[in-house]
Amino acid sequence: MSAKRMNLREKYQRMTRDLAWKPSYQSEDDIFPQAKYEGIIIHDWDKWEDPFRLTVDAYWKYQAEKERKLYAIIEAFAQNNAQLNVTDARYINSLKLFLTGVTPLEYAAHRGFAMSGRNFPGAGPQVSSQFQSIDELRHAQTQIHTISQYNKYFNGFHDWRHMHDRVWYLSVPKSFFDDAMSAGPFEFVTAISFSFEYVLTNLLFMPFMSGAAYNDDMATVTFGFSAQSDESRHMTLGLEVIKFMLEQDERNVPIVQKWIDKWFWRGYRLLALVSMMMDYMLPKRVMSWQEAWEMYFEENGGALFEDLARYGIRMPKYWEVSVKEKNRLSHEVWSIFYNYGHAAAIHTWLPDENEMAWLSEKYPETFDKYYRPRFDHWRKHHQEHGRWYNNTLPMLCQTCQIPMAFTEPDDPTQICYRSSEYKGMQYHFCSDGCKDIFDDEPEKFVQAWLPVHQIYQGNCGGASVPEVLEWYHLKHGQDNLEYLDSQDRANWLRWKGLTEQAEAVLQKAANE
Amino acid sequence: MSIEIKTTSIEPIRHTFSNVAARLGVDKPASRYQEATFDLQATVNFHYRPTWDPEFELFDERRTAIRMQDWYSFRDPRQFYYGTWTMARARQQDVAERNFAFVEKRNLLDTVSDQGKAKAAEILVPLRHMEYAANLNNCYITAYGFGTAITQATSFNAIDRLGIAQYLSRLGLLLDGNSGQVLDQAKRDWLEAGHWQPLRELAETLLVTKDWFELYVAQNVVLDGLLYPLVYERFDAALAPEAGSTFSMLMEFQNEWYADTTRWVDATIKTAVAESDANREQIGNWTRDWMQRCSAALGPVADQALGANQGATVLGELRDALVQRLDKKAGLSL
Repeated sequence: MSAKRMNLREKYQRMTRDLAWKPSYQSEDDIFPQAKYEGIIIHDWDKWEDPFRLTVDAYWKYQAEKERKLYAIIEAFAQNNAQLNVTDARYINSLKLFLTGVTPLEYAAHRGFAMSGRNFPGAGPQVSSQFQSIDELRHAQTQIHTISQYNKYFNGFHDWRHMHDRVWYLSVPKSFFDDAMSAGPFEFVTAISFSFEYVLTNLLFMPFMSGAAYNDDMATVTFGFSAQSDESRHMTLGLEVIKFMLEQDERNVPIVQKWIDKWFWRGYRLLALVSMMMDYMLPKRVMSWQEAWEMYFEENGGALFEDLARYGIRMPKYWEVSVKEKNRLSHEVWSIFYNYGHAAAIHTWLPDENEMAWLSEKYPETFDKYYRPRFDHWRKHHQEHGRWYNNTLPMLCQTCQIPMAFTEPDDPTQICYRSSEYKGMQYHFCSDGCKDIFDDEPEKFVQAWLPVHQIYQGNCGGASVPEVLEWYHLKHGQDNLEYLDSQDRANWLRWKGLTEQAEAVLQKAANE
Repeated sequence: MSIEIKTTSIEPIRHTFSNVAARLGVDKPASRYQEATFDLQATVNFHYRPTWDPEFELFDERRTAIRMQDWYSFRDPRQFYYGTWTMARARQQDVAERNFAFVEKRNLLDTVSDQGKAKAAEILVPLRHMEYAANLNNCYITAYGFGTAITQATSFNAIDRLGIAQYLSRLGLLLDGNSGQVLDQAKRDWLEAGHWQPLRELAETLLVTKDWFELYVAQNVVLDGLLYPLVYERFDAALAPEAGSTFSMLMEFQNEWYADTTRWVDATIKTAVAESDANREQIGNWTRDWMQRCSAALGPVADQALGANQGATVLGELRDALVQRLDKKAGLSL
């Protein structure tokens, strides 16, 4: 008997969707209890177009090949102490931000996609979600293994998981993902697969990986390359999810638009942390935040939304505010971290003269006018009176949880304040985007675990900075403070054979 | 004589992450499994209650009746994290691929009697639907379980089950030259044939079981503990006179998979029952309850597979074997 040839589509159909059946002993509503409560209407789950048609055996084969290569590099990297080859020890701080801020999100995505992989009633989206779930676990674990070597030689990494659930600026990424996971399966995939993976990945994941490439961090860039093919699968899934919902029923359109508006703004605010990494934390810069925003959001994103217009979808609300902010965002955020560098698990510093010249060139309209004078002032203060830290806790935005330091869309010299009243209490926001998100779901956002409120309520080890740092597991004098006087820098100089300079740094740190 | 490459040697300032060192009791180099597993899941300071389950936090220990001081006392004896899991499975799929290719190339199915092929199609292929339910069940545990030590292993298990469902589908396609008739018939049987209905009903009951640890016991301990030996040992042996080792080759993946998975399942139960008498009692009750239900659901399948009235005897033996296994390997005496 000669076997009939099956095409890929037919084979995949047999291998996945055909496995499911219509239950008769239990109701579908009991088996998939989350399928309807968000208001999304699906008439035919079989209309779902599987973007990959990947069977499990092929998945194991490809992924194992990638893992073998990656771990060979990670081992060679450790054996050769290749962490010493990076451009400068300041670079390591972007990895600290990554491990404490991003890796826990990869893990959360693993669990979140397991939830959607169980909750979607169709076998197509179940399987797509499950593959993404397991990929996300891969990313979390390979990041830990890659960065493990850095942890052995640098401060700030050592209790990344504990810090993620506590430290003030890490509540920004944590609350972002908690928000997505506490929503239903459709909003979750819109938030993560579409807004995060499809619209914003090139602005989140890729700047870290390109930063690694530019700064000679072979381990991290190898991880980046290894994850790239997973990421492009995830991006394709993101677009498929949106189109599927929009095509199934036109009543889905306003719901999806509302989610796109919300998750664009949530994602954009989260990227504020990346903007400062790109402009301030990379010794060798890849491109400016402004350039990245123009290329990846204004151009690519613009084209995407033109394409979605035929479904009745428009650009996300307040996108034009993000464009107005593009030449100030990174400077405002780095200033926050410079202020609170004593309570952060990264080192902070002022850009040197060459770096200031780069910033002037990249930001001709704003840098010299608004930010250079501020940095000159702080530098002078450091030289004359020692490094300055802000000991007053900042007010946080109820939605994005970033300290309220962003400026009015049309006035870079005025801090932007918005507020809403809900059940007799006043809530504060950094922007119209964050206020709208709150106003739409106040009962959700009043629950936010705001780090500053928590400190004042006595839930963070005490009211003084040292008590809070201890509760954060943040080692004072090692994980925090100015880079110039840090152990990281002293060790780096010593390992580079510059023993005298290393001693001077340690001496100075001891005197402060 | 020894030769030596001179390298720059610099002293690390610590050997592993603080949370790992705290668990090991000392700062010493840790294994990849340990660094990739301990404390990965958030346990505190969640921002918002889930809109789909506002009684609980996003991750919440109270979603099961089982109580643990430390959810990271669970260890996977296979030390599977993503890398080791996917590499182990890639090796096994390589063997499976060669076996399928060998059977095809040598036309080994032609050596099997029509009756033997029909029997294999009738019993093995509908099980792909059961594997699909097992996939969703382990996905549920991954989603709502507590602690990475268990949930990462169930996430691997979920994908494994999908893989097994696909191997069973391939077997069906191999039997009918890719016409799909065998798969269609198997699905009709799964939905309508009397001897499959109790098992399908059980599968649907598992899909609405809320306590994730109970689901673990029902699916991974009891149902698998009876179904795998029934199908991949007893039924395989019964097929041998008609089919030689052809079907054994096509089921080798499942056999190997079951052997390594059982080690992990036993270790999980052992840790949970050793924790407290309350856990022991709860898991004992669940096991007894599901033993009865799974056994009843498998009875007609066993009769169909092994010959009328054989089912009850064989299932009795398999139950005894499972009871002994749990006693010996998991410290759970029923």
